[in-house]
Amino acid sequence: MAETSPLICRDIHKTFDQLEVLKGISLETRKGDVISLIGSSGSGKSTFLRCINMLETPTSGDIIVHGDPIRFTTNRKGERIPADNKQVELIRARLSMVFQSFNLWSHMTVLENIIEAPVHVLKVPKKEAIERAEAYLNKVGIYERKDYYPAQMSGGQQQRAAIARALAMEPEVMLFDEPTSALDPELVGEVLRVMQNLAEEGRTMIVVTHEMSFARDVSSQVLFLHQGVIEEQGTPDKVFDNPESERMKQFLAPNF
Amino acid sequence: MIDLKGYGPALMDGAVVTIELAFLSLALAVILGLIGASAKLSKSRVAIGVATTYTTLIRGVPDLVMMLLFYYGGQVAVNNLSDYLYDAYSVDFFFQFDPFIAGVLTIGLIFGAYMAETFRGAFLAVESGQIEAARAYGFTQWRTFHRIIFPQMLRHALPGIGNNWQVLLKTTALVSIIGLTDMVRVAEEAAKAERMPFHFFIPVAFVYLSLTAGSELFIKWLTKRANVGVVQGS
Repeated sequence: MAETSPLICRDIHKTFDQLEVLKGISLETRKGDVISLIGSSGSGKSTFLRCINMLETPTSGDIIVHGDPIRFTTNRKGERIPADNKQVELIRARLSMVFQSFNLWSHMTVLENIIEAPVHVLKVPKKEAIERAEAYLNKVGIYERKDYYPAQMSGGQQQRAAIARALAMEPEVMLFDEPTSALDPELVGEVLRVMQNLAEEGRTMIVVTHEMSFARDVSSQVLFLHQGVIEEQGTPDKVFDNPESERMKQFLAPNF
Repeated sequence: MIDLKGYGPALMDGAVVTIELAFLSLALAVILGLIGASAKLSKSRVAIGVATTYTTLIRGVPDLVMMLLFYYGGQVAVNNLSDYLYDAYSVDFFFQFDPFIAGVLTIGLIFGAYMAETFRGAFLAVESGQIEAARAYGFTQWRTFHRIIFPQMLRHALPGIGNNWQVLLKTTALVSIIGLTDMVRVAEEAAKAERMPFHFFIPVAFVYLSLTAGSELFIKWLTKRANVGVVQGS
């Protein structure tokens, strides 16, 4: 029997008020996939990523995390809402997210940030959570900053701490929402290197990014979104070197 | 030591009444403030309407008028309710609306309205990304509130709470008008009887001053604790 896919999204639509931002996006991951979502601003790539862990509720479509489909119902206004908040919380704990603006909790030290969700959400014993946190801090190279508060660190260090926070959940899939877009250019490299290491370790990752070199060199699959639909999809070689769609060709033109 | 002409113990008792009144009112104000703020931030139109009416009404009416209304009006309301319950259901229900209860209710209600605005502003000052990160990591709503929102809110709310508390403490002096024997009332009686206003009012002023100064230090300490992790601008 084939291995259960860590994450399947089927025909995801999302409408804000009258505006249809996602017009049917599907995605199937295998373990160890690194999927880059590229496209210009407003193409819907971040919205799609936020639908995956239900920060936005898709207007229609299915999300299946390791064989477990998210259940929906409708409220009195006829809007689609999750049927079981407990289920959503459990699923979110298995899909940890790295945000564009880091979103480390500012009143906690780096170490506290990292053990917070494992201890309180996953119920990992505190001692074990600390050991795990320290190992991941070592991996992202900021162990010596563990007792700092986020505001005392550079953007690159904060983002690496945020990646350690995501790793500490030992997630099924890691979701990255433009992880380097808020960084000064000289700090982008350190974060990309960490992400590349994770990819090489075989972690399943979905990355919304503007870093074309990352998408090209690190990902196993590239999705190009334009106005809420997937315009081009495939291996980096295919998408970057032999794009079929006009849009993709236009999108790439300024990059090369 | 100043000679308080035998009024010392009564003044002390009065000071205790003042402090009890202030703390109970503060507790009520914080509870009403949190409820008011969550109502104003909710999506329910009814809740927003009720909370807005409450804060607008309270902030627009003088404290003294509110207090008189509560004390005299409150007793009439209790009497009417009691008559109605007895006639309709033969339930024997009655209580004396004493000035202490009237004081706590009025002051709590007044400052609840101010606290609601303070809490609302503090909540809005918490960056949405902080809350989003909590949701994205599977926090329940309650855990998001008490681990993330509340500690970060506190940092924005403490200056406002401190202000409200100081004004509240001074507002307690109004209860002497509805006949509660607080520190001010005792001093007033003593000053009249002895014809020595300075002699009695100045110590009272000092008690208020030391209470407010003490709480200012305490709030400073709390603010420092709540601001952990914030890099202060130079």
